[in-house]
Amino acid sequence: MGSQPHDATPGGAGASVPAETTESAESHHSDVTLRVNGTSRTLTLDHRRALLDVLREDLDLTGAKKGCDHGQCGACTVLVDGRRVNSCLLLAVSLDGREVVTVEGLGDGDGEVHPLQQAFLDRDAFQCGYCTPGQICSALGAVDEAAMGHPSHVTDPGRPSGRPMPLDRDEIRERLSGNLCRCGAYPHIVDAVEDVIR
Amino acid sequence: MTDSPADPMAEPHTATGAPAERREGRQKVTGAARYAAEHPLPGRAHGWPLQAAVARGRVRRVDASGALEMPGVLTVLTHENAPRLNEPDDPMLAVLQDARVPHRGWQVALVVAETLEQARAGAAAVRVDYETEAHDVTLTEDHPAAYVPDEANGGQPGTRERGNPEADFDSAPVKVDAVYRVPPLHNHPMEPHASTARFDGDRLIVHTSSQGGTTVRQTLAALFGLPEERITVSAEHVGGGFGSKGTPRPDVVLAVMAARETGRPVTVALPRAQLATVVGHRAPTLQRLRLGAGRDGRLTSLIHEVTTHTSHVKEFVEQAAVPSRVMYASPHSRTLHRVTPLDVPSPSWMRAPGEAPGMYALESAMDELADALGMDPVELRIVNDTDHEPDSGDPFSSRHLVECLREGARRFDWAGRATRARAATGNVLVGSGVAAATYPVMVSPSTASAHALPDGTFVVRVNAADIGTGARTVLAQVAADALGVPLADVRTEVGNSDLPAAPLAGGSSGTASWGWAVHEACTELKDRLAAHAGPLPADGLDAHADTSGTADADSPYARHSFGAHFAEVAVDTVTGEVRVRRLLSVFAAGRILNARTARSQFIGGMTMGLGMALTESSTMDAAFGDFAERDLASYHVPVHADVPAIEAHWIEEDDPHLNPMGSKGIGEIGIVGTAAAIGNAVHHATGIRFRELPLTPDKVLTALGERHPVRPTMTA
Repeated sequence: MGSQPHDATPGGAGASVPAETTESAESHHSDVTLRVNGTSRTLTLDHRRALLDVLREDLDLTGAKKGCDHGQCGACTVLVDGRRVNSCLLLAVSLDGREVVTVEGLGDGDGEVHPLQQAFLDRDAFQCGYCTPGQICSALGAVDEAAMGHPSHVTDPGRPSGRPMPLDRDEIRERLSGNLCRCGAYPHIVDAVEDVIR
Repeated sequence: MTDSPADPMAEPHTATGAPAERREGRQKVTGAARYAAEHPLPGRAHGWPLQAAVARGRVRRVDASGALEMPGVLTVLTHENAPRLNEPDDPMLAVLQDARVPHRGWQVALVVAETLEQARAGAAAVRVDYETEAHDVTLTEDHPAAYVPDEANGGQPGTRERGNPEADFDSAPVKVDAVYRVPPLHNHPMEPHASTARFDGDRLIVHTSSQGGTTVRQTLAALFGLPEERITVSAEHVGGGFGSKGTPRPDVVLAVMAARETGRPVTVALPRAQLATVVGHRAPTLQRLRLGAGRDGRLTSLIHEVTTHTSHVKEFVEQAAVPSRVMYASPHSRTLHRVTPLDVPSPSWMRAPGEAPGMYALESAMDELADALGMDPVELRIVNDTDHEPDSGDPFSSRHLVECLREGARRFDWAGRATRARAATGNVLVGSGVAAATYPVMVSPSTASAHALPDGTFVVRVNAADIGTGARTVLAQVAADALGVPLADVRTEVGNSDLPAAPLAGGSSGTASWGWAVHEACTELKDRLAAHAGPLPADGLDAHADTSGTADADSPYARHSFGAHFAEVAVDTVTGEVRVRRLLSVFAAGRILNARTARSQFIGGMTMGLGMALTESSTMDAAFGDFAERDLASYHVPVHADVPAIEAHWIEEDDPHLNPMGSKGIGEIGIVGTAAAIGNAVHHATGIRFRELPLTPDKVLTALGERHPVRPTMTA
């Protein structure tokens, strides 16, 4: 999919230049460089701006969704340096130099979707679609965490950590429980994740 | 599993019934699908609503001076300077029109700024003084302000009675008399309500998250005094609604006001924490059920009395007694609603209003009756089956409740439930429960158009809303069959008010309403094509349909979907935690038009029912007059880990009395009765009857402690 072409104007499309040039505004802004879906982006950012709002408002990457803005629903999940995060909880000014991958960056760039995206299609693992990008990014992060040997709440305490953790349905459910789906697509999401780890 | 030889349609079905993939699926999994707040427009500003901090009173003064001096703040709209609206049909939309505060959380100002952060900071800097009045937000059985409304939601009579219910109940050999409580519940679709509005010359263009764009356009035209043809409302993708986006909510009114005042495109995306108070909620219900039966289990009297609240803004009455007018034969019955206006936010529709809380009570009471009779709860429901709707006396167009119960019992291994319960070990008690489900068949008139293009493909247009149901897909299936062409040759356009007008996605009626019009338009187009000689003209051939007068014609039949839920639970006697192990449901809902998307909807409804049973609860704080649970950390919707083996099955029905597709609605029945099945399973596991939702560990542990005291001092 790659990142979408976009001029990285300071403050982005939603910000006004006059406001940015006032003294008080300038004093609360910093230049930040993020690598987003493989492309370097330098932005002058309001310190209050969360990564989620940078993606959605400045970079027009609206695949990351705002469901709660409080880290409670997971719809905003993206990968930062390969790890899943709630992008609504990260102040973008703190992410200088970091690598961000959003749902728009998961395909191969030639129009082919990621196997997990295809599995979501195959399994009808969504309805309204609003939690879907977060579910997909979260599942990719969770699969990596298991591969790195991170245990979850349901992992057998006797299992040595640091070695790859096999993911059964209970493990998948537990590890994806930070991603809410009000349409109730959960069983189909687990099916889709199983499809790509088998 | 069909038992009727007649197919409702003359032509063979090929596309309908097939598990066709969602047409917008690729956009959704790649993040390309745009929702209402995701339309970047040059100069777009953001609005942040400010909510009343008192439960009742008046706004005495709004001091916006501090906010207006802040960087990026463009304007602060209050009741003193906001555009005047024509009086709305829905008083929930009369925002910023006067100083009155009818409930805590009522929106009293809108800060509009260049960025989200500036709007949020501006809202925090607005000072509002209130004239506070004493408030009352507490629902009780005997509130002096309670009254019996003429009508409950959906135009249902407030009360219905036949026979001599009290006298029969008093003399019945077997009785159940119990009160059930369902707390306030919140829809909480994953996409919070959001709207983006802009004026382009004399045109108003709105992107909104709505279950019905035609209604949004009509409402905005009326409120702002604009001709409808100058308004376009787009709702291309909608991140769920579950009733709370059935009609316009204040976000769209505020966005249009702000766009008009600033001359900018403005997005108003409601913060999650505002949803509890401004988009409607499922009102709490206190429900007294009295069942009188003979020793053979046959009901002779059924009395279902519902007490609920509404706001002082408008009357909305959760019609929870209505399913008791449908489900079981009984010569004597009273079904009644009482409503008390309180200083609470306005309740509104939440998935299966009426049926969801009402069937929790009725189906729990049926389980208690089975217990009192020493009868299998599946058999009790079968004994009380009826081929005529008890309240109206009309014959059911199709019912198949017994088939759902038997098929479900077989698939679930209902017969083995005692064995499974005995096999439980350790601190865990295991039980199984059953409950029935019902939801009415609703349908509204719609328009649609069908176009044959010279390249041999077809376009169907209707302002349907795809809120996750797969409307685009299923309407293409309906069109393909009506035209007799391959599914791939049909494109559908939905979600824009420039398309033919259509009713909302609500009452599980969307597919029936839109599909009927699509079917008519395509049937006419097929006739026109048959009569046409030679190649098509460059702009193709069109046909239009309007089902007014047909779709809404009276039917001599009572038309409802039915179903049966089977739940197996594990109750931890140390923690009081209830876990659903298995949930299996069988539905009879007419012809299933898309097996794939239908299964997802059924499972989704069942999952929300699981939440209603075990985790979802809101509390009206008596002192503050506010819902205590306003975010997703405190209002617990089910998560992955809560949803184990869950299966939806169905019985194919051939019912010629519905619509040209032979379909019933499927969006809501999944939530109806689920909580009762789970509660009945908890009773089977523990021997304890819980009558108040949700079944959280505090309630369960307390009851277990009272029944099996750990320490002597704990006995009451």
